Amino acid sequence: MTEMTTSSPESRSSETRNSLIGRPIGRVDGPLKVTGRATYAYEHAVNEAAYGYILGAAIAKGRIVEIDSAEAERVPGVLHVMTYRNAPAQPEFGPAVTPTVPEVFTRARPVLNSSRVRFYDEPVALVVAETFEAARAAAGLIRVRYEEEGGVFDLPARLADAYAPGRTNAGFETDSATGDFDGAFAAASVKVDATYRTPYEHHNPMEPHATLAVWSGDEVTIYTSAQTLANFQAGLASTLGIPRERVRIVSPFIGGGFGAKLIVHADTVLAALAARVLRRPVKVALTRQQMFANAGHRAEMVQQVRLGAGRDGRLTSIGHDVWSATSGFEEFCEQTAVFTRSLYAAPNRLTRHRLVPVDLNRGEWMRSPGEAPGMLAFECAMDELAERLDLDPIELRIRNEPTEDPERGVPFSTRNLVACMQEGARRFGWERRNPTPRRIREGRRLIGYGMAAAIRPNYIGAAAAKVAIDATGRVTAHLDMTDIGTGTYTILSQIAAESLGVPIAAIKIELGDSRFPRTAGSGGSWGASSAGSALHHACSALKERIMEAARSDDRSPLRGADAAEPIFVGGEVSVGNRTVSLADLIGRIAPDGIEATGSVAAGRNTESYRTYSQHSYGAHFAEVAVDSDTGEIRMRRMLSVIGAGRILNAKTARSQILGGMTWGIGAALMEETVLDPRYGHFVNHDLAEYHVPVNGDVMEMEVVFLEEYDDKANPLGAKGLGELGVCGSGAAIANAVYNATGLRVREFPITLDKLLPGLPASAI
Amino acid sequence: MTETDYRITRRAVLEGGVATCLFLASGLPVGAQDAVATMTGEPAMTPMSRIPMTFRINATEHALELDPRTTLLDALRNHLGLTGSKKGCDHGQCGACTVLVNGRRINSCLSLAAQHEGDEITTIEGLADGDRLHPVQAAFVAQDGFQCGYCTPGQICSAVGMLEEIRAGWPSHASADVVSEPAPTEAEIRERMSGNICRCAAYPNIVAAIRDAAEEV
Amino acid sequence: MQPFTYERAGNVQAAAAAVATRPEAKFISGGTNLLDLMKLEIERPTHLVDISRLPLDRIEETPEGGLRIGAQVRNSDLAADPRVRSRYPMLSQALLAGASGQIRNKASTAGNLLQRTRCSYFYNRNMPCNKREPGSGCAALEGFNRMHAVLGASEACIAVHPSDMAVAMTALDAQVETTLPDGKARTIAIGDLHRLPDSTPHVETALGHGEMITAVTLPPSPPGRQVYRKVRDRASYAFALVSVAAVVEKSGDRIRGARLAIGGVAPKPWRTREAEYVLVGAADSGSAFSEAAESALAGAVGRGGNDFKIPLAKRAIRQTLAVAVEGA
Repeated sequence: MTEMTTSSPESRSSETRNSLIGRPIGRVDGPLKVTGRATYAYEHAVNEAAYGYILGAAIAKGRIVEIDSAEAERVPGVLHVMTYRNAPAQPEFGPAVTPTVPEVFTRARPVLNSSRVRFYDEPVALVVAETFEAARAAAGLIRVRYEEEGGVFDLPARLADAYAPGRTNAGFETDSATGDFDGAFAAASVKVDATYRTPYEHHNPMEPHATLAVWSGDEVTIYTSAQTLANFQAGLASTLGIPRERVRIVSPFIGGGFGAKLIVHADTVLAALAARVLRRPVKVALTRQQMFANAGHRAEMVQQVRLGAGRDGRLTSIGHDVWSATSGFEEFCEQTAVFTRSLYAAPNRLTRHRLVPVDLNRGEWMRSPGEAPGMLAFECAMDELAERLDLDPIELRIRNEPTEDPERGVPFSTRNLVACMQEGARRFGWERRNPTPRRIREGRRLIGYGMAAAIRPNYIGAAAAKVAIDATGRVTAHLDMTDIGTGTYTILSQIAAESLGVPIAAIKIELGDSRFPRTAGSGGSWGASSAGSALHHACSALKERIMEAARSDDRSPLRGADAAEPIFVGGEVSVGNRTVSLADLIGRIAPDGIEATGSVAAGRNTESYRTYSQHSYGAHFAEVAVDSDTGEIRMRRMLSVIGAGRILNAKTARSQILGGMTWGIGAALMEETVLDPRYGHFVNHDLAEYHVPVNGDVMEMEVVFLEEYDDKANPLGAKGLGELGVCGSGAAIANAVYNATGLRVREFPITLDKLLPGLPASAI
Repeated sequence: MTETDYRITRRAVLEGGVATCLFLASGLPVGAQDAVATMTGEPAMTPMSRIPMTFRINATEHALELDPRTTLLDALRNHLGLTGSKKGCDHGQCGACTVLVNGRRINSCLSLAAQHEGDEITTIEGLADGDRLHPVQAAFVAQDGFQCGYCTPGQICSAVGMLEEIRAGWPSHASADVVSEPAPTEAEIRERMSGNICRCAAYPNIVAAIRDAAEEV
Repeated sequence: MQPFTYERAGNVQAAAAAVATRPEAKFISGGTNLLDLMKLEIERPTHLVDISRLPLDRIEETPEGGLRIGAQVRNSDLAADPRVRSRYPMLSQALLAGASGQIRNKASTAGNLLQRTRCSYFYNRNMPCNKREPGSGCAALEGFNRMHAVLGASEACIAVHPSDMAVAMTALDAQVETTLPDGKARTIAIGDLHRLPDSTPHVETALGHGEMITAVTLPPSPPGRQVYRKVRDRASYAFALVSVAAVVEKSGDRIRGARLAIGGVAPKPWRTREAEYVLVGAADSGSAFSEAAESALAGAVGRGGNDFKIPLAKRAIRQTLAVAVEGA
């Protein structure tokens, strides 16, 4: 039976005691989602929408020599066939590296603008028809002749061709070096020098990328599935060559993103182009198969981790070298070794990122870019080191707990990694782990325990919010923020209700429209903190405006109230001994309502970010069972203990962590997109062949939140946790597999074929 | 450019020229008796022609004329405005399109609409009783059995069908043996719900929700 | 999906005739594989004859004490049938190990037998595939072939048959009944239904065009304990890497009777008669199981990515036999 333990996050300040914030309230959008009334991109109903279907290239590199769409155009119901020959003009794609990081998100991403084929399944035509069936069939009738060029795809064989990029994703330094790594590592008494390989992976949100484009004059409304509306607005405007103001993005519900919906993709561009040409609305969705080439991936990587320690278990040297594949036409360097700069203490340190160009579409930000693949390798290496030192893996980590950020030299804001590990060990029954592998058996099964640490930077993005209260006391907030399943609608309702002292039912949160005040959207685990802080400020400003009017307006029952701090609670405002209902007050002083705005600046521009090292932390524990005959691995039990600042909603936060832990199962045991180097295509490009965990793969899961409040992070005291669950959880499973079997597989995912050669002969 | 008004419509609109929809008072199919019913000889349709079909969806009769290639899922989503059923993979590999046909859960993406002539179809839109959620729906909200919500209608329809299968005594791969009567244990629910992928991975909450609902249904 | 005409067949004879008279016509029942392939234009029928409502949905006792399973019995109904569960538990187990609850509710018995391979290159029209386009080559031979066959394959094709149900039926000596377009009926041993690829991998079964499966007959349940074991990459909803259908009858500490079929390793459900000979009369010991496993995989050829299937199949066979004798 699953034990669900979620500590109720008691706040440390009196202000937040009995707060609505933190409470595990059910999602306010829940009833819409369970009744099928939440409307996703493809589902917005407009009159006369036509259906688009994309045809992708059959080669990975080369040029279209001839494209014959005559037969397709004759299909009854077909309205238009768009190819590079007749597509509206778009800007060139541009250089592989944008001058600044933000331009990655806003650059033009032209589609069908050249005879050039840059990657397998790149769109070569769009058919638009009266019905989906006609469009799909007509796409199959387009004849394309290609001149194929040899592409390059292999990463491991081409490490020598690697280059050092100018920066990593999110603008981190490519390399870091402290002390003398080479000397210290050479001199270390105990060493690990291990090389790991992580495969191509795909986000596979359940909702395929889809767009409905509707033009009205020279303005276009894009109903799509977007995590960050501002990026979509800017990116599409750049691609169409029109001002941003003429692009409106609408995305009230998003069927999962995980980083695959941060920039415009072919569905958005083509729907917009075709709708303009046809002068009628057009919808285009990627097929699940098309998503593998056209909607981002995590690149294949090779990672070398070198750890040197004294016999006392103290690290003297930490080295983390990463070689990653990248698209040749658009660079993407996951910040895979960046977390290593902050995780453990050691005087001598070296982290480096190198890239090998391949003929693929660009990689994208897949849930916890950097930490997800990086910790999979690094936290396994720590397990290897613990065994060589004959130390408990938790004890090893405790001995190397830094007192300040080891490379930045600034203090941590809050850092409860040790507490997470210790609390986890107690709850998980870590003492039952036998440090010698392959010692616990249950019948034919080998049982193993593993753990790993989790770290993930806390970001805050620039965000603004508008909040209004009407004469009935109802509050409406507007932000261009999105809820990709993270619980944003609910958390923002809680923040506004708490701040204004009104019930949740009086709050209406409107998101997902680029006409609303701009936020950083959903990504980088910053959504709740950024949008939540902006809304918090907006509510504070609203209260001030209410009080200004209440104190001065002739019609106000609070007119002339003293300067005492007003208390907003229970739908009432009290000043001193005078109390009035909020609705009554607004009705008197502002029958048309009152509104206010609030905002936060991007974290890196703030003093607190420069002077404190801000991360969320956790510790993951896993128990696996391995069939000693067949090598089948099944996760049996997982626990994650999380220290991520103040928890805004214990229920949705827990769900976020559960999801991340399950992604850890996928990364450790099953997820891999196979690239065929002969053809340059992803072979297993559907959900039957690309395995993500199914319900049967997920057994007992427990999440515990440590009580925490990070006053350096933001006014809410919260830190990001949407990605924390996947950071290190795969390594905990891999370490459990090692503990069960004595087999260290350094090539992920750990499928049974990799265990078989090392398993004992069948014990029958 | 003509300034046609393509404003979003509140309710899904039946697409003129593509499908016609009749809401019938009686349960009898209209205009379909001779067209698709039993045929033993020449096909009546040429390619691209539409064929009439009728089915009962969420207790309402629907008569449509559709391209024979139209799947049940696309008929619901593109022609009937019933967009609660989701397209996640269109190949029976994710379960987001799950609906109940004559009480049984199926993948509506792997089924031609024409094959469902006369069938009783229940989609996510038909489970609640007015404003009162079906117990499985209510349990999904209470247990946070979803995040992004896209797989959710399929999960819920699948769960409703699955509980009926357990009640009917059907065994599963998780059953200790295939002879005994199964019970809605966590292991049984996990296995039986494995045809519904949730990439947000709300699985533990889905299982908890279904366990709660199983006691109520 | 290219256009097609659609008709619903009124009876078996008419259905067979309707397909026989059109070279590009196909039967459709559950559609769980055919529509999947049609959407990708790997199948391009111009006419579909819907046989899902033909009255072939009953499971009946045979005079010999076996069961006659109508071709249109759904996989879930077959798995849940009390007679199948008690007398042919291996068949229930195999069905329940396959696909998902939703797919089992649609997929028919005949359709399950006739489902096509899941080879990724067969499923991608941009890739060479002798099964899809005879003469174009086999991309899997030197490609990603982790899921592919180690037995019964050829240089033209190394695809596997993905069915679980068929593996159990093969161990149970099922017979497949068909109706020919001229109205005649014939019976095909399940072992003869699927053809090995040799140089014609596009010819997958012994059935002629328009020949329709009407039933699968199971002889009386063999004595002994039946076990179906499926090894796969995730806990559920995945095709077999290897599967084993075993029936073991014991007499004292000796094995009196044995049947063994394996799946996921060959272009058809793979009956291992040699291994059965090894087992019959042997002591129910690990060494007999090992010998049987070696015999079952004799002649197996790995192609790189699927090399592991050879030891995996041996291990799975040994384990399954051990489990079977525990309860036999």
